Amino acid sequence: MSLVERQDTMNQEAAVWDGGMGSVSDYVALLKPRVMSLVIFTAFVGLMLAPGHVHPVLGAVAILCIAIGAGASGALNMWYDADIDEVMTRTRKRPIPAGKITGEEAFAFGMTLSIGSVVTLGLLVNWFAGAFLAFTIFFYVVVYTMWLKRATPQNIVIGGAAGAFPPMVGWAAVTGSVSLESFVLFLIIFMWTPPHFWALALFKCGDYRSAGVPMLPVVAGETSTRHHILIYSLLLAPVGVAPYFLGFASVVYGVAAGALGLAFVLLAADVWRKREGDAARVASVRLFKFSIFYLFMLFAMLLAESLIVGA
Amino acid sequence: MWGLEPVNEEEQGIRLTDAQKKARRSRSIAIALVLVALVVLFYVVTIVKLGPGVLDRAL
Repeated sequence: MSLVERQDTMNQEAAVWDGGMGSVSDYVALLKPRVMSLVIFTAFVGLMLAPGHVHPVLGAVAILCIAIGAGASGALNMWYDADIDEVMTRTRKRPIPAGKITGEEAFAFGMTLSIGSVVTLGLLVNWFAGAFLAFTIFFYVVVYTMWLKRATPQNIVIGGAAGAFPPMVGWAAVTGSVSLESFVLFLIIFMWTPPHFWALALFKCGDYRSAGVPMLPVVAGETSTRHHILIYSLLLAPVGVAPYFLGFASVVYGVAAGALGLAFVLLAADVWRKREGDAARVASVRLFKFSIFYLFMLFAMLLAESLIVGA
Repeated sequence: MWGLEPVNEEEQGIRLTDAQKKARRSRSIAIALVLVALVVLFYVVTIVKLGPGVLDRAL
């Protein structure tokens, strides 16, 4: 190849760049806004339930930082899981597999927001909360995404902790510490995560199988998954009532949480019973949708009571 | 001499497409807005944390 030809090839190579196509909305999509909304809500409840006072501006800063930290985790998750996302129909349209944002751009975006959110929370609110947020991001990205997700069918059981930490971070933003009450908020989400995601996995089993993700229905079979869903639902129901028994929620909450827990168990039993055809699918979808309502209602009631008591 | 040769900069390096330029512009505006918001945020939190003490300066 002559020097001129070589220079031509280099110019052509240099002229082609597949990056820089992402719009602002593509970057917002990297933050997983729907997951972020749940994080904001549960962190806000943790912040409101915590004893003591925090200035509303500092409270808002804490929630903003927790939200950005959660979004950063989502971006780093999409960076690492781009190969899986490309295969699954549910995630195929995410910005990286869709070719709108490159993996390097997503990684840089995620790391910038991770460091920014942790440092801002530490500087403006308190460093315990900042460190806790850093640990949460680490847990979600490294422990769950990089390690557990592709290694074990118990991935979401242990990895679910990452999604359960936000109310503890919100609590820590006010008190600078953790406590039994904040741990119970964590425990509710922690116990809720497996039946929620396994119900989803039951009707998205083919997706996970083709992507090679060892979700429980793929590895242990649907019958075993149904057993697990029922067991975790039976464990979740009393945990949901625990705030009443520990004295930081009223009897109204206790009764409502008990009724919701009972409904959760009945729907899980329905999933356990119906194992074939459309009826099985409908039961799984119903449990999945109810699980979202269940978690929202528990935290909404705790929030409402904290507002009433505070008024 | 090489150093005195006119350089056509448009032929060097990466050439962005119109779509890439448009996306870059929207990202630049978003980054500018975020930076302004951060400045406002740190200003407001400084006032909130220090209150009237922000004016206490040793002369």
